[in-house]
Amino acid sequence: MWRGTLGPSEVVVGVLAQGRRWFGTVMSSDTARVHLSVQERIEKKRKAALTGGGQLRIAAQHKRGKLTARERLELLLDPDSFVEYDMFVEHRCSDFGMEADHNKYPGDSVVTGQGRINGRLVYVFSQDFTVFGGSLSGAHAQKVCKIMDQAMMVGAPVIGLNDSGGARIQEGVESLAGYADIFLRNVMASGVVPQISLIMGPCAGGAVYSPALTDFTFMVKDTSYLFITGPDVVKSVTNEDVTQEELGGAKTHTTVSGVAHRAFENDIDALLNLRDFFNFLPLSNKDPAPVTECHDPRDRLVPGLDTIVPLESTKAYDMLDIVHGIVDEREFFEIMPNYAKNIVVGFARMNGRTVGIVGNQPKVASGCLDINSSVKGARFVRFCDAFNIPIITFVDVPGFLPGTAQEYGGIIRHGAKLLYAFAEATVPKITVITRKAYGGAYDVMSSKHLRGDVNYAWPSAEVAVMGAKGAVQIIFRGKENQAEAEAEYVEKFANPFPAAVRGFVDDIIQPSTTRKRICRDLEVLASKKQTNPWKKHANIPL
Amino acid sequence: SQSVRSFLLIQTVSHKHVCFSKQRCGVIICRYSTVYDPNEKVSLIIRVIKTCKKMGIKTVAVHSDVDSSAVHVKVADEAVCVGPAPTSKSYLNMDAIMNAIKQTGAQAVHPGYGFLSENKEFAKRLAAEGVTFIGPDTHAIQAMGDKIESKLIAKAAKVNTIPGFDGVVKDAEEAVKIAGEIGYPVMIKASAGGGGKGMRIAWNDEETREGFRFSSQEALSSFGDDRLLIEKFIDNPRHIEIQVLADKHGDALWLNERECSIQRRNQKVVEEAPSTFLDPDTRRAMGEQAVSLANAVKYSSAGTVEFLVDSKKNFYFLEMNTRLQVEHPITECITGLDLVQQMIRIAKGYKLQHKQSDIPINGWAVESRVYAEDPYKSFGLPSIGRLSQYQEPLDLPNVRVDSGIQEGSDISIYYDPMISKLVTYGKTREEALKKMEDALDNYVIRGVTHNIPLLREIIVHPRFVSGDISTKFLPEVYPDGFKGHMLTAGERRELLATAAALYVAAQLRSQKFLGDLRVSVVPAESRQWELCVELDKGVHMLGVSRSGNNYTVEIDGEKVEVSGEWNLASALLPITINGKHRTLQCLLRTAAGEISLQYLGTSFKLRVLSNLAASLSKHMPEKVPEDTSSILRSPMPGSVVAVSVKPGDNVAEGQEICVIEAMKMQNSMTAAKTAKVKSVHCKAGDTVGEGDLLVELE
Repeated sequence: MWRGTLGPSEVVVGVLAQGRRWFGTVMSSDTARVHLSVQERIEKKRKAALTGGGQLRIAAQHKRGKLTARERLELLLDPDSFVEYDMFVEHRCSDFGMEADHNKYPGDSVVTGQGRINGRLVYVFSQDFTVFGGSLSGAHAQKVCKIMDQAMMVGAPVIGLNDSGGARIQEGVESLAGYADIFLRNVMASGVVPQISLIMGPCAGGAVYSPALTDFTFMVKDTSYLFITGPDVVKSVTNEDVTQEELGGAKTHTTVSGVAHRAFENDIDALLNLRDFFNFLPLSNKDPAPVTECHDPRDRLVPGLDTIVPLESTKAYDMLDIVHGIVDEREFFEIMPNYAKNIVVGFARMNGRTVGIVGNQPKVASGCLDINSSVKGARFVRFCDAFNIPIITFVDVPGFLPGTAQEYGGIIRHGAKLLYAFAEATVPKITVITRKAYGGAYDVMSSKHLRGDVNYAWPSAEVAVMGAKGAVQIIFRGKENQAEAEAEYVEKFANPFPAAVRGFVDDIIQPSTTRKRICRDLEVLASKKQTNPWKKHANIPL
Repeated sequence: SQSVRSFLLIQTVSHKHVCFSKQRCGVIICRYSTVYDPNEKVSLIIRVIKTCKKMGIKTVAVHSDVDSSAVHVKVADEAVCVGPAPTSKSYLNMDAIMNAIKQTGAQAVHPGYGFLSENKEFAKRLAAEGVTFIGPDTHAIQAMGDKIESKLIAKAAKVNTIPGFDGVVKDAEEAVKIAGEIGYPVMIKASAGGGGKGMRIAWNDEETREGFRFSSQEALSSFGDDRLLIEKFIDNPRHIEIQVLADKHGDALWLNERECSIQRRNQKVVEEAPSTFLDPDTRRAMGEQAVSLANAVKYSSAGTVEFLVDSKKNFYFLEMNTRLQVEHPITECITGLDLVQQMIRIAKGYKLQHKQSDIPINGWAVESRVYAEDPYKSFGLPSIGRLSQYQEPLDLPNVRVDSGIQEGSDISIYYDPMISKLVTYGKTREEALKKMEDALDNYVIRGVTHNIPLLREIIVHPRFVSGDISTKFLPEVYPDGFKGHMLTAGERRELLATAAALYVAAQLRSQKFLGDLRVSVVPAESRQWELCVELDKGVHMLGVSRSGNNYTVEIDGEKVEVSGEWNLASALLPITINGKHRTLQCLLRTAAGEISLQYLGTSFKLRVLSNLAASLSKHMPEKVPEDTSSILRSPMPGSVVAVSVKPGDNVAEGQEICVIEAMKMQNSMTAAKTAKVKSVHCKAGDTVGEGDLLVELE
C-alpha cells in the first residue's frame, strides 16, 4: 500500500495516524474486523521480521560461526534497551520476481534503531546476512540513513555491524544510490558524532567505503573480509592467486594495510569489546570526554618509571610499560596495535577521564617516524581533537626514517599529516619527553611550539637536532678529537636543559610522578578554550 | 637487640659515622649486584647496609655499569662503578674492586654472597692492603671452600662424614669406577661449588657419565673451577644446618639449626627454624660438632655447617659455608641476634658477647624463597620479565622481606632468579605458617611468573604441616609435577562466587558516568544477574543479587555470601566469603569476561558471561591450536650452549637435541618422538626467549 512512493519515515507517521482514526470513532463490525485483521498482520509481520531470512538461513549463519543481526544487537546493547525502527519496511524491487511475497522480508536485510550501552545512547544498524545475503537495497539504505540522520540531530554515536554480500543486484542503480546516500551521511556525521564499524562478515566492493569513512573499523578474525574486488576478479585481472583471508581478512587489514583498527576473536568477543570501547567515547562533538568512576588514586606514584629508560641511549624499552604504568588501572585500549608498531596510539583514562595516548615505541624501529606511523598517529590525533579528548604524547623519537623507500613513498607529505594534526588540535595537549626528541620529529611530536599546553621532560630527555655522533661529524668535520667533541656535545645537548632554559619544556619531572602531574594538569585544562581562525575547512596534506 | 650497646663503643669514635680505623670515615664496600639482578646477593647487600646504618657505619656499594640505577644507589651512602655488565669484568674483577677501595678509603669489605665472597685470593689481597674482610679469614675460606679438604678436616675434627672418595675425579670413566666402589646412588658435585650448582645424582653408570659432563660444565661456568668429587648419596635425607658464630679469640657458639629439606634440584625452597625433627640431644650433638669444626679451622665470623640427617637421626657433615646464608634471617628471628652486626664485631676483633647458654629458641620462623620461575615446569624453570607491579606484604606484622628489587626491575637471564626471601615469625610453628599463608596471599608480583603457587601449597600440605619432610618432598608429593592448588567443592564455589561478584561490581561501575551530561544515562536497572561462569572447562550457572557491597551468589542451590570494598584498581582483593576473610588477587579482567584470580596461591582462569552471551557461545567457531608434537620450543628464556643435531639427522625419542642454559643451570632438551630433524632454528651462543622455536622434526 505504501510501496514505492513514500519514504520510510512516512510509513511510521501513516500507521500512527490511521490508528488514531480507528480508536477515535465508534467501530462498526466491519471496521472491527479490519482492525482485527490489521492486528493479526502486525503480529505476523513482527514475527516474520524477528526471524529474518528464516530458521534455515539462521542455522546456516550459526554454522559459519556467526551470530544473527538481532543476536548481535542483543549482545551489544543493554538488556531490553533496543528500540527498533522500520521493522515493517520492505524492499521495493519488482524485477526478476522480487515482488513475490516470499521474496519480501519485513525490515528487509538490515535491523536499525537505537539503544543503550552502559546506559548511554547509541544508534545502531546491523546488516542481516540471512536476508538476501545482507545485500543493500534502496530500502536497506534508507533505514540506515534514517538512524544516521537522527543520530546527528540528537548527538549520539552510530555503530554499524556490517555483514553484507554487497549491492542488491536486482535493484541496480537504486542500490548504488543507497550506498552513496550512506557515504554522504558518513561524511556529514564525520567529526559530529563518533562512527564505528564492526565488520562481522563480508563487506566488498563499494560497500567498503562506508567503514572506511567511519572513525573506527574493527573486524572479527576468520569470519570477516573487506576488499574492493574479491579473489575471483583478482585472478581474472592480474592472474594473482590469493585467498579471501589473505586478500582482505582481519590479519591483512590490521597488520599490512592499516584499514582496520583492531580485530577480535569472534562475534561475542568483538561485541563485548565494542561495549568496553564505547565507554571511552563522548556521544558527540558537543560533549566533553567522558569521566567514569575511578578507583585508581590520581596521585599514585609509579616507582617503576624511574628506572625504565635504559642508560645506554641506543637500548630499547617498551613504551607500553610507561603507558600502562601511568593510566588508570593499567587499562589501555590500543588502536592499531599490530600496524606501524613504531608508534603507539589508543585510549585510556586518567582519573576517570578519557584521554588519547600517542607514544613513540623505541622497541620497534627505534621509535622513528615513517610514513605509516605518521598516518596512523595523525588520524588518531584528529579523532581526539574532533571529540574533545585530551591528548597525552610520550616522546622518544630519533627522527624520521631515512631512505629512498620513504622519500619515494612521500614521507614529506605523510609526515606533514602528523605535524598538521598536532598543530591544529585545540584539545588539552600534554607532552612528556622520555628520552630522545631529535630534529624535526621533536617539533612534530606535540612540541611546545605546536601549542602544547604542558610539556615535560624526564631527566633522561635529550632534545637536540640530532644524536651526538652525527652532530659532531658535521660540526667538527675533519678535525681530530672527535670523541672529545662528542663528549662535549653530549654534555651540552644530550640532556633536558637546553630545552628547559628556553621554556620549551615547562618542567623536568621525576618519572615516578608523571601520573600525578598529568592528572593535575588535566583537571586544570578541562576548561581550556582555544579556537583556530575561521575557515571553510582546513587543507590537511592528504 | 642486646648487642647494640657494645657497639656504642665504636660509635663514640666519631659522631657522624663509626670509624673503623682512624681514617676519614668507616666505609664498607659491598659486593654488589643490583635491581637488575634479582637474586640473593642483592637482598643480602641491602640487608648488610641496613645493619650498617643502624650501627652508624657508612657504606659504599660497588656495581657494574648497567646496575648504576639499582636500589643500592639509594640505599648505600656512596656507589662506585667497577666495570661493565659481565661479572668477570665487574663483580669478579679484583683490580677494579681494589681500586674502588682505595678511591673511597674503605676500611672493610663485606663480600656479600657468591662472586668474590669465598675467594681466598681476594681475601689475601685485602689483608695485604690492611683492609678488614668481614668474614672468615683466608685460611678458613680455603679450607672450607674446598669440599675435598673440608671433608678431611671434618673427619679429623671427629665430625660425622659421608662415605665417599676424598679426592678430585679426573674424568667420567674414573667417576664410573669410583661410583661402583662406593655403591649407587652417588652424588657428583663441584669441589668449589655450593647452592646446588654443578651437582648431579647418578643411579647408574650412564647417569654418572652424563652427570660428570654437566657438573663439570656448570662448575666451570659458575665457579671457574671444574674439579669434581663423588660421594655416597644419602637417599631421602633431611637437610639440617647449624649456624655457628666464632670470634678471633678462639670462642665459638652454635645458634641452633635450620631445616632446609624442602628443595628442588638441590636448591632450597622453604626453610624453617627450629626443625621439627631434632630433639635437644641431637641438636646439641650437631651443634658441638659444628663448633669443633669451626675451631679446627680457626674459624671466625658467622658460618654454617650443613648436615644431612637420615630417618634415624644419624647426621653427616655435608659442607661448611663460610658466609652468611640466604636463610640466615630465620635464625635471627628465633635467637634475637643480628648476625650481620655480629660479623662486623667479630671482624673488628671483638670477643663474642654471648655464651652458649644465652642462645635461646624463641618461637618459630619460616622462610620462603620467592623465585621468578614457573613452578609448573620441573618445580621451577626460570622466567624473565619486567616487574610491572611489585608490592611486598610488609604491612603484616611479623613478616620480613629481604629483597633487592623494586617495581620496574627487570629480571634477566643472567642471574639467579630469586625475587626475595619472605620470612614470617610466630610464637608457634602453626602461627608462623598461618602468617606465611597471609603473607603469600598479600604478595603482589606482576610481570614475571613466580613460584608463590608452589610455596603456598607446600606450607599447607599435610605432610609438611606434620613435619614429615625430606629433601625428596617435592618429587614424592607431586610425582607428576606440580599442578597448582586442587580446589575442593567448597573452594570452587568460593572462587566462582568471587569472580561473579567482581564481574557484577565492574559492570555496575562501567555505568557510572560523572559530570554534567547533555544526554542522560539510563543504566540498566538490575538487582539480579544470571551469569554463566567457566572454570577449567566446567560451566556453572550462577544467580547473583546485590545489596550495597554484599553479593549473594547462588551456585547449584548453594548460597555464597561475598562482601568487600571492590576497589577495582587495587591488586589485592580483600574480601569476606561466607564469613571467612580471604585475600585474593585479580590478575586479569577483560572486556570479554575473562577474569584471572589468584586464590590460595594458585592463579585460576575464569570466564564470566551473561547467560545470553554464554548461550550464544556455542555458535562460535573453534580455533585450532598449533600442532606441537613435532616442534621443540624453548621452555624458558636462556642461551643455547650446544646443538647436537642438524637437519636430516634421525633422532630417537629422548635423545638430546640441544642444551639451554639459563640462570647458570643447564637443561638438556630432548626429542619428544623418534623422527627425522626437519630444520634447526638455533645455534650455540644464541639467546632464546620462552616459546622460541628451536628445532622442527618431520
